[in-house]
Amino acid sequence: MTAATIRVRNLQKSYDDLQVLRGVDFDVAQGSIFALLGSNGAGKTTVVKILSTLLAADAGTAEVNGFDVADSGQDVRESISLTGQFAAVDEILSGRENLALVAQLRHLKHAGQIADELLARFSLTEAGDRRASTYSGGMRRRLDIAMSLIGDPPVIFLDEPTTGLDPQARKEVWRTVEELAKNGTTVLLTTQYLDEAEQLADRIAILHQGRIIVDGTLSELKQLLPPAKVEYVEKQPSLEDVFLALVGDNGGADGSSDSAAVHRTADAER
Amino acid sequence: MATHALQDTTVLTRRSLRHIARSPDTIITTAVTPIALMLLFVYVLGGAIDVGSGSYIDYMLPGILLITIASGIAYTAYRLFMDLQSGIFERFQSMPIARPSALWAHVLTSLVANMASLVVVIAVALLMGFRTSTSILGWLAVAGVLILFTLALTWVAVIAGLGAKTVDGASAFSYPLIFLPFISSAFVSTDTMPAPVAWFADNQPVTAIVNSIRAIFTGQPVGADIWIALAWCVGILAVAYLFATRLYRRKIR
Repeated sequence: MTAATIRVRNLQKSYDDLQVLRGVDFDVAQGSIFALLGSNGAGKTTVVKILSTLLAADAGTAEVNGFDVADSGQDVRESISLTGQFAAVDEILSGRENLALVAQLRHLKHAGQIADELLARFSLTEAGDRRASTYSGGMRRRLDIAMSLIGDPPVIFLDEPTTGLDPQARKEVWRTVEELAKNGTTVLLTTQYLDEAEQLADRIAILHQGRIIVDGTLSELKQLLPPAKVEYVEKQPSLEDVFLALVGDNGGADGSSDSAAVHRTADAER
Repeated sequence: MATHALQDTTVLTRRSLRHIARSPDTIITTAVTPIALMLLFVYVLGGAIDVGSGSYIDYMLPGILLITIASGIAYTAYRLFMDLQSGIFERFQSMPIARPSALWAHVLTSLVANMASLVVVIAVALLMGFRTSTSILGWLAVAGVLILFTLALTWVAVIAGLGAKTVDGASAFSYPLIFLPFISSAFVSTDTMPAPVAWFADNQPVTAIVNSIRAIFTGQPVGADIWIALAWCVGILAVAYLFATRLYRRKIR
């Protein structure tokens, strides 16, 4: 049994009179994807900020990669990478310059080469010399995530990584996150999209009114409700199925079912 | 960690200098208002102002240089505010860098940008007939005073940039600073002002700084003014630095 890479105990935080976290506990196992699920204002970002040493907790403890966030901030920062809620890229610099900047700040040699490799990996080579302000939302998010991977930190925090992205860009982000976990990176992800947590996470915790109200694997969470009953439901394609079928799901493997979905929609409309 | 302080500050300073290089309009905009004032005072109002011997542009350039700095630091606050707004500041602070370097990069950039604007303004003044008999040493002394004044106001700008809630708020603090030279010895002798105004003008920092620079440019003894000027600059610098770093620590923990 491996020790938890992220360990949070009784974490509390208030902003003035507003008590945002009222005692949060959870563990994240090494190399797993952990989703912190909650509605807007539930305190997800506050948890991430405390774990990435941007904010001090009022009470409780948090350890990342074996280091206490309050006492060993610099060691924690050596171990992590944060992708914040809004793609934090330098708009005036080009994509390549953004990546090289982060490589230099992580004190790595060959910053230019690292930048080129990441541009290629995130299909940004062509846009590499353009200012980031000219990028689309999806490209910007890709650059943002690429910047977070520099230096191979063992822990990555992704705060609502797909908010505001179109379905294709969303799937791209998902693929990247899955790849990261496969290579042993521990990922803490916050999201308000249930399907995102369902799709990606090994464990899901729901943050509600300042506490974790449930924490478990998807199947464990499903067992909380009465056992499944068998119902006959006409399977309609979701709007997302239709959208992806019509515009093409970049890199998606199921082209045949896409066209089927379109026909079915047409039938349904009569 | 401390070993990286210099390296990190260099990397981050290079980044914000690149911002300026890509939008040099901030340098030009900073220089335009003082240059316009210079034209106005020399070619329109100057004829009616009696400053004794010597040309009027020689008399008023020191004040114009301070106005240049006061308007230049508005951009310092703006750049810092935008970094905080965009989230890139948080990104830097979540990385294993020497944390104060993110702030120092803005301070150094402010120095470089303001010096560039000052060079533009002085070049225009020379074209308009500004002349000085001062030596290289005198120029260095003037540069020293201007750098100290820039540093002091830059830390005031850091407070504004860190504390502002809106973009306008981040730069609005500079307006009174730009106005301060008008109620000083920068454009007319304070003897001509009504007693209460003259009292204020004589006892505010700009007068001492303007008188010192003017004395150096015209080869006169600087007298006590230079010490009063330096005391003001160091005092403002110390107080602003303390407030700024306290605000910074409360913001980034």
